[in-house]
Amino acid sequence: MSNPNIYKPYLMKVEEVTEEAPFVKTFRLKFTNEEEAAKFNFRAGQFGEYSVAGEGESTFCIASSPTREGYIECTFRETGRVTSALANKEEGEIIGFRGPYGNTFPIDDWKGKNLLFIAGGIALPPMRCVIWNCLDLRENFKDFTIVYGAKNVNDLVYKHELKEWEDRPDVKLITTVDPGGETPDWKGEIGFVPTVLEKAAPSAENTIAIVCGPPIMIKYTFPILEKLGFKDTDIFTTLENRMKCGFGKCGRCNVGKVYICKDGPVFTYAELKKLPAEY
Amino acid sequence: MATENYKLLKKESLPALFDKLTASGKTIYAPVKNGDKTEFDVVTKYSNDINDEYIQTVQSLKGTVFPKVEKLFDYKSDKTDTSIQEVDFSKFPQNVLWGLHPCDAAAFRPLDATFRWDYDDKYFLTRMKLTTVVGLSCSKHDDYCFCSSVDISPASGDGSDILLTKNKTGDYLVEIITEKGQEVYDMSKDLFGEISDDKESYITVVPKKFDLTELNKNLDGSFEAPYWLAQSMRCIGCGACAYVCPTCTCFDLQDEGSANKGSRIKCWDSCGFGHFTLHTSGHNPRETQSQRWRQRILHKFSYMPDRIKVFGCVGCGRCSRACPVDMNISENLIKIMEEPKNE
Repeated sequence: MSNPNIYKPYLMKVEEVTEEAPFVKTFRLKFTNEEEAAKFNFRAGQFGEYSVAGEGESTFCIASSPTREGYIECTFRETGRVTSALANKEEGEIIGFRGPYGNTFPIDDWKGKNLLFIAGGIALPPMRCVIWNCLDLRENFKDFTIVYGAKNVNDLVYKHELKEWEDRPDVKLITTVDPGGETPDWKGEIGFVPTVLEKAAPSAENTIAIVCGPPIMIKYTFPILEKLGFKDTDIFTTLENRMKCGFGKCGRCNVGKVYICKDGPVFTYAELKKLPAEY
Repeated sequence: MATENYKLLKKESLPALFDKLTASGKTIYAPVKNGDKTEFDVVTKYSNDINDEYIQTVQSLKGTVFPKVEKLFDYKSDKTDTSIQEVDFSKFPQNVLWGLHPCDAAAFRPLDATFRWDYDDKYFLTRMKLTTVVGLSCSKHDDYCFCSSVDISPASGDGSDILLTKNKTGDYLVEIITEKGQEVYDMSKDLFGEISDDKESYITVVPKKFDLTELNKNLDGSFEAPYWLAQSMRCIGCGACAYVCPTCTCFDLQDEGSANKGSRIKCWDSCGFGHFTLHTSGHNPRETQSQRWRQRILHKFSYMPDRIKVFGCVGCGRCSRACPVDMNISENLIKIMEEPKNE
């Protein structure tokens, strides 16, 4: 393809559908064209445009790790027009995918450091990509901590993987649900993610924090990380503005001089402080 | 003045030139008089309705390279198979845009910069490649015009392949600027003569209202300024400004058709609409009209020059003429430079 058409999606076969939580599904997608599959590569943090014929496109990150080759996965909540149409797709059906777009988590720079992942609700999928990427390169990192919370027990996504992480001796997993969201047999924490994080008080020494969650969680988590001694250059997040094109032309995700789709979606807290609060 | 690039085109040669262009497969767009208005339209022949003394049309010719609605591809889909049929880029029209003013010709620069930025938009670039721009220096202007404030002049050739300047006898001084312009000249050499006149004297003078570099500097640190709200209180968010703007590039991608058969389209959109940035969750980063007015101005005069090295305004004045509540962009830009950024 010497002169590629940037709007033309790859055709992907839905290989596997996993129900993660109410209205939340994960699709495992495989290229229908082997040549395209062979050329395709991405890195942790990048996103794509997923489409259903007749409905349009929707933006989410790639939720699988680039270390797991041969497929990509996406996890989405059935909310709008496109995600509702996606949710009706069954194994064997075809959807469109454009990507990968955007920048990546600088995993290579994190070698020899402790990693602290903090996620809320449906924001675990963008982080799952980087978590598995780092777990597949586990020897490169020191302590590995994941703090994950959701409104209630049912809303926690990747339940089978949470169990897997919990059982691993080289991962410390803290799960929490909002007060009132617990079930009688819930063994995790009860409380909002920032509160639980403050209580757990992970050391900021030689540690990178990666945060992803709804705006309200992010807003209260950053100050706690700073209180714990994290430098704003060691705190990473990924922004999810509304997008259409994914390559800096349609205008939606422009915030100050930054385009979330091209300059992001991965930013440090230090970078976010310089942006106008339009995200 | 390098005179070898300047020629004379007699008014009586225009019908023959238009016939030659049409015969060579070109589609000609020209400013055509319709009552007391002049709008661009497709013409196959030269006629006296083609107006070379108009001030400004409502719509620019942006739509010839970035259509209001453009089909990206067709799809067919059923349970087990989906296919995409690309459009035939070789069938895109060879357009000659005749008689657009220097502001409109200059507007192709920011469009080109946006659609080329790291990712080539094949639709725009193919259309642009097949387009010959024949600019026309302005003999008239009105109070809405401010090209000279955004470093364009009523006689600048930037963006034109050929620039026409009307002289007193009704003939044109012709400046051949690019290879595409040369091609038009080469195919109809016999219709052109040598110049014996001075170019500058028949061109209107558009007074400079503000300094673009100063404005750009002034916008740094203006994000929280009180004037954004004050200026946009009257804005009804109709988006007319964006739909007549020759440089606005914001677009939407949508599907038209059913699950089985249809097309994906790219269509104009505006940062002035509330739903433009609305998240599925209900969160909206730019939820008020004043935030969207600020985005419009900062994008054109601060973000674009910073990121793609070109301003997003050519001073054509269309947005101000079209605005139903009479928001005047050049007046607002002057106020931005005069008023304090902090309350």
